[in-house]
Amino acid sequence: MLSQAPTLADFGHDTWWVIIIKVLAAFVFGVVMTLLGVWFERRMIGWMQVRPGPNRAGPFGLLQTLADGLKMAFKEDLRPRGSDRLVFLIAPCISAVCALTALAVIPFGPIVSIFGERTPLQVTDVPVAVLVLLAVSALSVYGVVLGGWASGSPYPLLGGLRASAQMISYEVTMGLAVVTVFMLAGSMSTSEIVAAQASNPELSIGGATLAVPGWYVLLLLPTFVIFAISAVGETNRLPFDLPEAESELVAGFMTEYSSLKFALFMLSEYIHMVVASAVITTLFLAGWRAPWPVSVWDGANQGWWPLLWFMGKVVLVMFVFVWLRATLPRLRYDQFMRLGWKVLIPLALGWVLVLGGTRVAQVSDLSRSEQLWLGGAVAAVLLLAVLFWPARRQPSRPSPAEQVAARPPGSFPLPPLDLQVPPSPQARRAVAAKRTAASGRSEAEPAVKRPLEGRAGTDPEGGEQDG
Amino acid sequence: MTVADVLLLGLGAVAVGAGLCVVTTAHLVRAGLYLVVCLGALAGMFLVLTAELVAWVQVLIYVGAVVVLLLFAVMLTRAPIGASGDLDRPGWPGLLVGAGAGLGLAALFVDAYRWTSVSLPDGPDGPGSAGVLGGELFRSWVLPFEVLSVLLLAALVGAIIVSRPDVGASDRGAER
Repeated sequence: MLSQAPTLADFGHDTWWVIIIKVLAAFVFGVVMTLLGVWFERRMIGWMQVRPGPNRAGPFGLLQTLADGLKMAFKEDLRPRGSDRLVFLIAPCISAVCALTALAVIPFGPIVSIFGERTPLQVTDVPVAVLVLLAVSALSVYGVVLGGWASGSPYPLLGGLRASAQMISYEVTMGLAVVTVFMLAGSMSTSEIVAAQASNPELSIGGATLAVPGWYVLLLLPTFVIFAISAVGETNRLPFDLPEAESELVAGFMTEYSSLKFALFMLSEYIHMVVASAVITTLFLAGWRAPWPVSVWDGANQGWWPLLWFMGKVVLVMFVFVWLRATLPRLRYDQFMRLGWKVLIPLALGWVLVLGGTRVAQVSDLSRSEQLWLGGAVAAVLLLAVLFWPARRQPSRPSPAEQVAARPPGSFPLPPLDLQVPPSPQARRAVAAKRTAASGRSEAEPAVKRPLEGRAGTDPEGGEQDG
Repeated sequence: MTVADVLLLGLGAVAVGAGLCVVTTAHLVRAGLYLVVCLGALAGMFLVLTAELVAWVQVLIYVGAVVVLLLFAVMLTRAPIGASGDLDRPGWPGLLVGAGAGLGLAALFVDAYRWTSVSLPDGPDGPGSAGVLGGELFRSWVLPFEVLSVLLLAALVGAIIVSRPDVGASDRGAER
């Protein structure tokens, strides 16, 4: 049999030209997906906002990103006078390099034959590949932080500050979320996590056994949700794009960048999006494995076909990224931090505990009733904790009447609170005029009626010209 | 000398050199970047010793979070670009303490291990693999580990108390 799922032992035996081909292919994948991703995002957002989007350069505007890239290459390369020359130069490079490196451990497919050489469609795999992914994405903070600092002006500095705090917070959440994936897969290597999702665990509900699909998006739904949210936070995409919030920080850390350095930042941002989609696909959507109706066919997981399923899933996740951007407004900074530290991290920790407890209960030789007792005890403790949790009570605001009553003696006199002010004669006349206008055009008081009608702004054409 | 020896020596030289640069440079942010180089070299040494998990956790935690936090603090306070002239302190006490600690530790390790050689089998059963390391950490070393984390927590709380004089003030002063 030619094609099969690779294991860790299959890596590290390639000849040099196969390695070069695979590295080059991963690089080209990143860059081409960026080119298409920018176009895809602009077209999609255009579609969602009921406008055409870029449609001039090439068929369906496909060459628009290429044209933008060319334009950026010919722009003047500016450097602010107060900037740090060296760091200003290397910051975009760090960003792009870190983003591209992550593609090295993404499994694109099973073992295939390239010019007679059998090799897995993955540049390399190590026993701790997911940690490599996390570490590389943690390193990419440096590009943003240093770029913001080295520009030597306030807006980029603020952007860099926000980026550092944001990425550290969401890194923690991400790490805690993938712990549950490790627990279920029993491995930290990406190819083995994909392989672990191939098995269909049996679920017994009331005596009947049911084979559920092994995709972790179903088995680990809370992890998937937490991971997806923190992936959006980690990639600096809306609604979490606080480091480059256009409306408050101009463009955050890239305000002072121009020309190809700016292009590098843009490139790394979109490669980040592609990598995040690929990681979500690998960890939760079974990577290159065929989805259910197709997987009935035996050949679906062999040869070059898996590349197609992989690309389809990546594009699907990228569509969700774009959809989020088109739908949600940007969070305020404190809301964002509260979401990370007070909601996502406790949730992820609790979920790790729950899953760990379940695993221990499964592995240990407890009887059925003992398991139920244990689960019931945990549920009772949780219930008691929720019931008697000291709730924060909002300090009640005194009503105006109480405030008046609580005034010290000798204060200024106040008019009664339930004072009814009679309408002025002018307002009464205006109301009467409106009433006659509504009941039908009468010939009375034309001089009063006309300006009032004009002011009411019921003219549809006038309203449109304002907009 | 094997390739691993040469790599270890080279990475060690890089780590020591970068560490020296951290304490001698007058550029605050660059000191942080030298620290990144130093910690990265340490991670490389772990990789040479086939401890992949430790190496990548080192990169993830120290390079990716701790130094970023240091940079965050520097940027939050003043973020100077260029050399800061007001950083000079008398270097002799620091030199004495640092060199003393370094030499003492080095002497201790040299005396403890001498020419003992440890074979490093690669693969899932090697001493640096995730499974073996996790087993060691949660079986034999769990108490020191927990005590360390409590110490860290105490240090954090202490730092907050020291840096915020208004924390205990509401208990003491009834007029507030």
